[in-house]
Amino acid sequence: MFWNALTLQLGYNATLVTIGATLLGIAAGVTGTFLYLRKRALVSDAISHATLPGVGIAFMLMVLLGGDGRALPGLLLGAAVSSWIGLLCVSWLTRLTRLSEDAAIGAVLSVFFGFGIVLLTVIQAMGAGRAAGLESFLLGATAGMLFNDALVIAVGGALTLVAVLILRRPMTLLAFDPEYAAARGINVGRMDLAIMALALAVTVIGLKIVGLILIVAMLIIPPVTARFWTERTDHMVLISGLCGGLAAWIGAALSAVAPAMPTGPIIVLVSFGLFVTSLLLAPNRGVLAVYLRHMRFQRRVHLRQGLLALAQGQPIYEAYTVRLLKCAGLAHADGVPTEAGRARAAKALRDEKRWELVRADQAFESAAALYDGLRDIETVLTGDQIAEIDQRIGGPQGVAS
Amino acid sequence: MSGEEFVPLSLTPMLIGVLAAVACALPGNFLVLRKQALIGDAISHVVLPGIVVAFLITGVVAAAPMMLGAAGAALVSVLMIEAIRRLGNIEPGAAMGLTFTTLFAAGVLLLEQSDTSSVHLDVEHALYGNLESLIWLDATGWESLLDPVALAGLPPELGRVVIALLGVCAFLWLFLRPLVLSTFDESFAQAMGIATNRLGVALVMVAALAAVAAFDAVGSIIVIAMFICPPAAARLMTNRLEHQVAWSVVFAVLSAVLGYVFAGYGPLWLGFDNAVSAAGMIATVSGIILSIAACFAPHRHRSGAPAV
Amino acid sequence: MSLELAANMGAAPKAEIPSDSPLAIRGMTVSYGQKPVVFSVDMTVAEGSMTAIIGPNGAGKSTLLKAALGIVQPLAGQALVYGKPLKSARHRIAYVPQRASVDWDFPTRVIDVVLMGLYRELGLLRRIRPHHIEKARACLERVGMTDFADRQIGQLSGGQQQRVFLARALAQEADLYLLDEPFAGVDAATEKAIIDVLKSLRSEGKTVVAVHHDLTSVRSYFDRVFLINTRKMAEGTVDEAFTSENLNQTYGGRLATGQIDQLELAAG
Repeated sequence: MFWNALTLQLGYNATLVTIGATLLGIAAGVTGTFLYLRKRALVSDAISHATLPGVGIAFMLMVLLGGDGRALPGLLLGAAVSSWIGLLCVSWLTRLTRLSEDAAIGAVLSVFFGFGIVLLTVIQAMGAGRAAGLESFLLGATAGMLFNDALVIAVGGALTLVAVLILRRPMTLLAFDPEYAAARGINVGRMDLAIMALALAVTVIGLKIVGLILIVAMLIIPPVTARFWTERTDHMVLISGLCGGLAAWIGAALSAVAPAMPTGPIIVLVSFGLFVTSLLLAPNRGVLAVYLRHMRFQRRVHLRQGLLALAQGQPIYEAYTVRLLKCAGLAHADGVPTEAGRARAAKALRDEKRWELVRADQAFESAAALYDGLRDIETVLTGDQIAEIDQRIGGPQGVAS
Repeated sequence: MSGEEFVPLSLTPMLIGVLAAVACALPGNFLVLRKQALIGDAISHVVLPGIVVAFLITGVVAAAPMMLGAAGAALVSVLMIEAIRRLGNIEPGAAMGLTFTTLFAAGVLLLEQSDTSSVHLDVEHALYGNLESLIWLDATGWESLLDPVALAGLPPELGRVVIALLGVCAFLWLFLRPLVLSTFDESFAQAMGIATNRLGVALVMVAALAAVAAFDAVGSIIVIAMFICPPAAARLMTNRLEHQVAWSVVFAVLSAVLGYVFAGYGPLWLGFDNAVSAAGMIATVSGIILSIAACFAPHRHRSGAPAV
Repeated sequence: MSLELAANMGAAPKAEIPSDSPLAIRGMTVSYGQKPVVFSVDMTVAEGSMTAIIGPNGAGKSTLLKAALGIVQPLAGQALVYGKPLKSARHRIAYVPQRASVDWDFPTRVIDVVLMGLYRELGLLRRIRPHHIEKARACLERVGMTDFADRQIGQLSGGQQQRVFLARALAQEADLYLLDEPFAGVDAATEKAIIDVLKSLRSEGKTVVAVHHDLTSVRSYFDRVFLINTRKMAEGTVDEAFTSENLNQTYGGRLATGQIDQLELAAG
């Protein structure tokens, strides 16, 4: 049955929900990347929790006006309005008082949510069973979703995705280098506002699927996952969208198979699974890769320091260094250098002197910038330049380097 | 309202609410000062899986396993956040968000899967608490406070909250000085030999302890309001740390008492029958207090450059 | 061939660790990620001296101090304080960090900050007694900030903040004082006040090491210099080491000739 759900064969409703969820996942992944790059990831927590009072008030208004109260577009509109007010409160608290942004976010998040819960209990008191549908906004529930609701979500997700695609160039530029973007004529304030608005749209649309408590995860986990695969902003946006969409698709399918469980947690855990895989196995930044690189680096540093100490007749203080030298055949166990060791040490010392000259001379400025204590000077300067430096240093000429 | 009604039905919930609020406000002062308010967000979410795992292992909902579970969950999440930050050079807010949403999702699914019908542990309670139901049916009036038989029937949540509050107070009293030093000037504290990293983790774990106590009263998410709003309002009232802590306690007590009263009796005053969520009302009142402070408190303005 | 090279290496001084040096650093390497900020640096601080650590921006000056104090983890290297490892000799060092690294909005008064310097004495639980407050006030008097004792620190100017930091260090009654850019962004009166205090410390036999940014005042303030640009460039008395050649090497030739002439350098 899971396979059927995955390949969209479970009927109109489930298909629509899965498609809607996937579109939402892609939009969330992409928008979340911009939030992440602007270092505003947790503002989305305030956005999501602040939707609750709006949902409650919209419900009550619609009932008062004689309707059912559960019309999705109305509820989502209410969610958007109260969320926007929440954002304004965060901004107001940060600008006008000495409180920092994290305190403002936390305060708005919890107070709005608390007030929303109060409204939920009021609605519960208004008549048995009325609030049942509203609670699904907390953790998400795709099982038994009405066709119209699924349609609203799918269309909303598609529209948001289109908006993201239209705005992706200026937003990418802004996220990558705000000053350059400003210089290119992009209105930074307005773009930041657009990113917030898109985050709000994604949040509101995802309320019914993932629930407001966990929608944050769809905005945060895919970008973090993508970060492990690339250093380029535009690639990060793409990978994040992919991961978000994939997690939502698989999660929605799984949720169709287990209708009693809330959808939100399932999608979040699938997304987390993608993240863990990336964390461990990503080629450049994955745990394995980093560990190996660090060990290599430490060895090189110790070897280099050891060689320099040998060259200058200084004692070596660290046993690890002596061990490394011994393993490389450059020294004996007591720290006395071997033939090969002496030669390497002399070269290391000579290279240090060459580097000293390079770093002191403005003519070699670009080469000097590449100095990191370990780099071979041959990778940075030509043979002629090195010969010229050697002449200035004096000492043995024509030594094979 | 007579003692016969008040003591069995309102005394213990209000007391638990007040003690939980104070237990959260105290470490909350330091979370706000260290610009780590959102750790409170994280803690309140991860306490849930901690409690659920403790229940699954021990089969009971009691103070010791809950607190161990919560402290363990806090430790796990701190380590996870740090690992994610270092390994991927990830922005701290995103690392936190990833960690606590995942752990919370795991907690919810575990909860749905397990049979907790015999104990007060389900998703609704996890989300917005259970304060109104923490009543003391064995009491008959004010005289029950001196009756050992009636006292034996006090709700266990009260004991949990008292233990948490004692733990919080002990930690803060013992470590106030190094905490202040490392918050104000971390390098200086480190040069003095203070283990600032470990102290920071300890603070988070103590906050988790308080969150467990508050979990009983107001559930997971509203705990954040208790960590942040009273201390934030107190911060705006004064420039002395001792005074700030005192104000935060005052505001916490006020939020809890007024919140409970408005939730229980507000609707009645307005002509309705049912009470509304006490937890939600406590959070709302603490927010109103913060807003009033933000508009009128004497030290609400920044003294130097704007905070980033 | 290798014998020739060996002969050419010249006799370098054997690097023993003198047991009475207030601060002896050997082979210190610190890197942020893969980029070394401090690479294989040796430093021996002479007792009773006033040493300036100078170098261009990002040269590792602050990092060197922090690594010696155990505030950042080095990749390699060790530091000894009066011949002992850091753990057993912390009480002999007072550290004045950069002003920018502190939260000046913190709810605390000037006198409270100075009392922080008494943490070793007070420990976790000992109450603050009148004689502690007396000591703190005396330190404030030494830096000329007595009238500000009850002021909220956020209300102070940059120079006043720096003086409070110095008072806090004085309260520690240490033998070695490590200061990170003590004169950065302070007014002339504060600069004079600080240098007076530092010189009086030296006359009491204490040792002072300061990361310093202003080359024009090196000669008048300090008697020893340590030049660093990721690697140690030179070390010695101002007469020996504060030369145009060393400066050129350290600053990568970026100092204009005119600037160097103004610095009253030693010959050579």
